[in-house]
Amino acid sequence: MSRQSNRTTDNKKMNSELFTLTYGALVTQLCKDYENDEEVNKQLDKMGYNIGVRMIEDFLARSSVGRCQDFRETADVIAKVAFKMYLGVTPSVTNWSPAGDEFSLILETNPLVDFVELPDNHNALVYSNLLCGVLRGALEMVQMAVDVRFAQDTLRGDNVTEIRMKFIKRIEENLPAGDE
Amino acid sequence: MDTRFTRGKSNILERPLTRPKTEVSVSAFALLFSEMVQYCQSRVYSVSELQTRLADMGQSVGGSLLDVLVLREKNGKRETKVLNILLFIKVNVWKALFGREADKLEQANDDDKTYYIIEKEPLINAYISVPKENSTLNCAAFTGGVVEAMLTHSGFPAKVTAHWHKGTTLMIKFDESVIARDKALDGR
Repeated sequence: MSRQSNRTTDNKKMNSELFTLTYGALVTQLCKDYENDEEVNKQLDKMGYNIGVRMIEDFLARSSVGRCQDFRETADVIAKVAFKMYLGVTPSVTNWSPAGDEFSLILETNPLVDFVELPDNHNALVYSNLLCGVLRGALEMVQMAVDVRFAQDTLRGDNVTEIRMKFIKRIEENLPAGDE
Repeated sequence: MDTRFTRGKSNILERPLTRPKTEVSVSAFALLFSEMVQYCQSRVYSVSELQTRLADMGQSVGGSLLDVLVLREKNGKRETKVLNILLFIKVNVWKALFGREADKLEQANDDDKTYYIIEKEPLINAYISVPKENSTLNCAAFTGGVVEAMLTHSGFPAKVTAHWHKGTTLMIKFDESVIARDKALDGR
């Protein structure tokens, strides 16, 4: 593969509203296509996973971040570098479990949910579930299996958006991606 | 468009319409859009169905953005003339969405209903390579949907389709009534 020379430095930005509304259009379409919210959540997670698997490479190329020493460093890189780079926000990392294998990302603002209100008939919809898939997919590509879920969501009336991430294990085998 | 519900669950109505520009990375958008296209593709049988689906999603985006852009860019003033609404889209809408004006706006030589918005390298197609067997597919159908919704909701019903011509061309075909009205306005 040929790589364009300006690739690493060239991190173009765009209006977040178009991004937000495009995501909204996607979720709306999924809600029309699937019978219930659980199915939509699953589909969003799957799409996020696909994005994450591809995004990690883009991320490593652009950020020149090296290998993380531990899960704490991973958490910091996700919050301070990755979120900042892709979504323009920096969540805070808190609520570490005593064992250091579980933490929360707290988002003061979540670009995905700008303009969004959940109608009453979509109680079980995890609107931003795509993010969980992205994190899971991206980390899997660097041999980390994690469990990601939403613990709090401003769309449901919580004050902040909280994504809970739990380290499960290091993935030992090194199969190429996309061979499933 | 669906009815909007606001039951005090969020402060969405309290927020100012003009606000500092927030940005996300183009990569994030490209990856999201790619997933959308793949998802749509998995549920259709033909290129035209796929484009219709993308256009539908674009319509929901265009419909939501129209009012706020008119307010921000034009102080709430609505356009009444075909040329002005087209310029609003070519200049203001494009700048807000894609950071720059569209390359060209042209009228068809032989048809006063038809206009073209031409872009050599639209942002939306920047990271898309179209497979040979589906060479007619242009994912800018999404943008077409955005434009169609904006025109239609502004009182200029039109059909917008995306084509590969000088880069990407959005072909805008206005409803007869729109052109008739425009001529009547000119006559006054």
